[in-house]
Amino acid sequence: MSYFIRGHESKWEVVLGLEVHAQINSLSKLFSPSSTGYGAEPNSQVNLIDAGMPGALPVINQECVKQAVITGLGLNAKINLKSIFDRKNYFYPDLPQGYQISQFENPIVGSGHLIIEAEEGTKKIGITRLHLEQDAGKSIHDQDFENSFIDLNRSGCALMEIVSEPDLRSPSEVSLYIKKLRSILRYLGSCDGNMEKGNLRVDVNVSVRRFDAELGTRCEIKNINSIKFIQQAIEYEARRQVKLIESGKIVEQQTRLFDSQKGETRAMRSKEESHDYRYFPDPDLPPLILEKKMIEDLKLQLPELPDKKKIRFIETYGIKKYDAEILVSEKEVAEYFEKLVSDRDPKMVVTWLTGELFSYLNKKNLDNPQSAISVEKFGELLDLINDGTLSNRLAKELFVEFIESNMSASELVKKKGMVQISDENEIINMIETVLDQNQKMLEEYRSGKEKLFGFFVGQIMKISNGKANPQMVNTLLTKRLKK
Amino acid sequence: MSNLSDLTISQAKELLLNRSISSVELTKFFFDKISNFKNLNCFITETFDQALKMSKISDEKYKLKKDIGLMEGIPIGMKDLFCTNQIKTTAGSKILKNFIPFYESTVSKNLWEEGAVLLGKTNLDEFAMGSANTTSFFGNVVNPWKSKNDIDKKLVPGGSSGGSASAVAADLCLAATGSDTGGSIRQPASFCGLVGMKPTYGRCSRFGMIAFASSLDQAGPITKDVLDSSIMLKSMCSYDKKDSTSSKMEIPDFPKIVKLGVKGIRVGIPDEYIVDGLNSNVNDNWQKGIEWLKSEGAEIIEINLPHTQSALPTYYILAPAEASANLARYDGIRFGLREIGKDLDEVYKNTRASGFGNEVKRRIMIGTYVLSAGYYDAYYLKALKVRKLISDDFSKAFEKCDCILTPTTPGVAFGIGEKQDDPLEMYLNDVLTVPASLAGLPAISVPSGLNDEGLPIGLQIVARPFDEETCFKAAFVIEQLSNFNKLKN
Amino acid sequence: MSIDNSVVKKIANLSKINLSEKESENLKHELNKILDWVDDLKKVDTKMVEPMLSVFNENMKMRDDKVELTNTDEILSNAPDKKENFFVVPKVIE
Repeated sequence: MSYFIRGHESKWEVVLGLEVHAQINSLSKLFSPSSTGYGAEPNSQVNLIDAGMPGALPVINQECVKQAVITGLGLNAKINLKSIFDRKNYFYPDLPQGYQISQFENPIVGSGHLIIEAEEGTKKIGITRLHLEQDAGKSIHDQDFENSFIDLNRSGCALMEIVSEPDLRSPSEVSLYIKKLRSILRYLGSCDGNMEKGNLRVDVNVSVRRFDAELGTRCEIKNINSIKFIQQAIEYEARRQVKLIESGKIVEQQTRLFDSQKGETRAMRSKEESHDYRYFPDPDLPPLILEKKMIEDLKLQLPELPDKKKIRFIETYGIKKYDAEILVSEKEVAEYFEKLVSDRDPKMVVTWLTGELFSYLNKKNLDNPQSAISVEKFGELLDLINDGTLSNRLAKELFVEFIESNMSASELVKKKGMVQISDENEIINMIETVLDQNQKMLEEYRSGKEKLFGFFVGQIMKISNGKANPQMVNTLLTKRLKK
Repeated sequence: MSNLSDLTISQAKELLLNRSISSVELTKFFFDKISNFKNLNCFITETFDQALKMSKISDEKYKLKKDIGLMEGIPIGMKDLFCTNQIKTTAGSKILKNFIPFYESTVSKNLWEEGAVLLGKTNLDEFAMGSANTTSFFGNVVNPWKSKNDIDKKLVPGGSSGGSASAVAADLCLAATGSDTGGSIRQPASFCGLVGMKPTYGRCSRFGMIAFASSLDQAGPITKDVLDSSIMLKSMCSYDKKDSTSSKMEIPDFPKIVKLGVKGIRVGIPDEYIVDGLNSNVNDNWQKGIEWLKSEGAEIIEINLPHTQSALPTYYILAPAEASANLARYDGIRFGLREIGKDLDEVYKNTRASGFGNEVKRRIMIGTYVLSAGYYDAYYLKALKVRKLISDDFSKAFEKCDCILTPTTPGVAFGIGEKQDDPLEMYLNDVLTVPASLAGLPAISVPSGLNDEGLPIGLQIVARPFDEETCFKAAFVIEQLSNFNKLKN
Repeated sequence: MSIDNSVVKKIANLSKINLSEKESENLKHELNKILDWVDDLKKVDTKMVEPMLSVFNENMKMRDDKVELTNTDEILSNAPDKKENFFVVPKVIE
């Protein structure tokens, strides 16, 4: 085991399971036709169903069912032909019906798995289930001293709750799991995976145990909205539990919140009283029966998912596993790569894509390379480097300016007068000039001070304003000095 | 046009069609009646302005002989459980005493589209929980029927659609809507000498009808005779995309088949409905009913419904369980009453303590209990299984017969204030109506005679799912042969 | 007596209903009586019986994913307390 918490007495293993709430990409809500759009005016996307008005009844959105099935298929999971909606009963101001419509004993998707590339190698993480449920509204607590404000725009939006087995063993595995799950969801198009907007929310179940001992009591840390904070929260919570156990106390099963400013977890007050959710089948909704044919059809329409794509990239383009992993993590990147690589050297494409372009995207906070630079424009640049018209170094120097300009690569090269000098005679002339000007050095070189080779190259590049083709300079200079 | 009070829907429509009366005249006639009988407490909200507008539109249609609906110009009462757009809708509860919906229930919408005229919203047991209309926040409703033996004694109209039943019986409207969860249409119809029809679960949309127990609730008409019942039911039901449990089954032309008779129809008589406390007058009337149907060519068959006595306990687990969740939305946050409290939890608790009456609280508590951890299997799950057995009983019976004839209630209308001390005694009123509710079957109550005190008795006909037609046919024969309309006067 | 005072308290708390001493006491008796009565069901043999979730035998209808506009004023029209298009409640502590 690579990750553990060191207590006073022994090493402790950390056992982690995740409940991810992914908002389904749909125009309207799970049981109502109100819009799911983000950032609207408060209570402007709320109808009588979302507000739990008397006499309101739920009617399910076909698209949400379809997306849940597609996601199940993408997670190699069993699709249940019959699933049941239940009411989960509790009072909260952003829960208008006084219950959440969810799925309890009979979820739409059963067990499946996904693969992560952990430090020790490939690891299969079990998915327990995926079910459909309504999102709650939003309570705003910090605007006023005495009151909370309730906005129900999010109330009733469709969520997929994706529950993992307690198969994860470290914060970094959790991070890999979330990234992989997010990637799959985005490939499938069932969820945009945006954690900042709350479209992907993670609850972590944390427990600790001595190695190979029985599972310990777990605490659930709710609603953490970034991978960084999730890792911090796990670390803190695991240490807290170890400290408790080693000092002879017990870990209480609790729901906890992560305070990102203090870097601590604390028990949620509103969850203090033990909850009794009184799940029972929602009498407003008949069982959801799916047809085998529909599932088969959806299976055929599934896109190539990251794991398969990665293997194909390695086999087809001969690129490294590490690079392939990076390229397939976002669907748009993978597509961009494939267009770019079509008749180019894969190694060069990977270097430029994951190097220069990615650092640009990161700086600009962009996900999709296409939004920064078209495949055609980028491709032409690579072609000019490849045929020696443009040096690698210059291309790198001018890369940002190039992306942000309206010029094509050849236009830029012309404008800047920076076509690489690849003419043999011209380079030989430069070599002669440099050697002439540095007779003394030449003598020293001849008498065995071979380090001076680099000095000559430097001088040649200098008088060419950096435009001399470095490979040619190397070759021709070597040839000249042997004379 | 000797006495507008005696009119039925079908008779009124004839008068409206041949223009010997206008809808406005008819509507105004009922304004006076309603104003004169406020002591019965039938209406929570009167909507006379609305009624005038609607009746004028109907008159226009009659004049142009265009787009005349099934209920065109017919003034009715609407149980105050159906949400009506911009008209206060209370469910008989303090918690909704000022609630004004911005939407219309599908059942009421269908009725308006067929031309019905809204006189007002009728009183009911709070959230339809009761069998005597004594749990309404707006006070109990009085039955216009009187016992010969005690002319001063005020009787209950039954419940929960007590306001609707009493209003129709007192001729304050031509008909009214009801809703039936365990007998709330049939029982008050029986107590008030009216026809009450609970259609098959799924026939009428539940959209906009304030929920009591969602797997049982069904809307239906309360009318003066069987033909009216068929006309009004036809107007009320529809396939509704807004209700996931609304049926796509074709809706027959009910009024056409009412008078087709019962020749060759096999009528099942279940032994198990001879329950403890079955009044002897009621039992005698039941035997008469059997004879009437036989005399018209029906075949009488003894059947068994062995789980009948489990129906009431099953109902009193399932209905409160569903209600406990359905009524959780009344929390004082988005609509309805709000009481103050030092924190949110107190606001909830004070609001619900003040807003709900005792019977509602009792049922929420039972429902919460039977769903709570440790009791779910013993009560709720058990009840779901027994429900299956009850439903299977009916399925087996319907292999041998086409409909089942039983009394609607073990007794007749009782005095206001009676059966109040013990909730169980009140619950027993539903013992004969609940089984069909649990099985989702269509069931009609038709007045079939008077008891020794001169109070109405009703017989119930239960049929297969979506076979309301057989209910209507059998009920029509009983209506004719019992001569109830003559007895009444 | 399967329901004692603590159970009444627990259920009242889950149901979010304030009960006076007297009400609790009454409810305790009534609920016990009702539960004793429904306990009769225990006699029914249901070993081989599937629970009946619904009498409705048709498949779940599904809606197309189409948006219908909503009206904020309508949604807030019955609110006991509102401010700037929010519902207002006493402060919630998480």
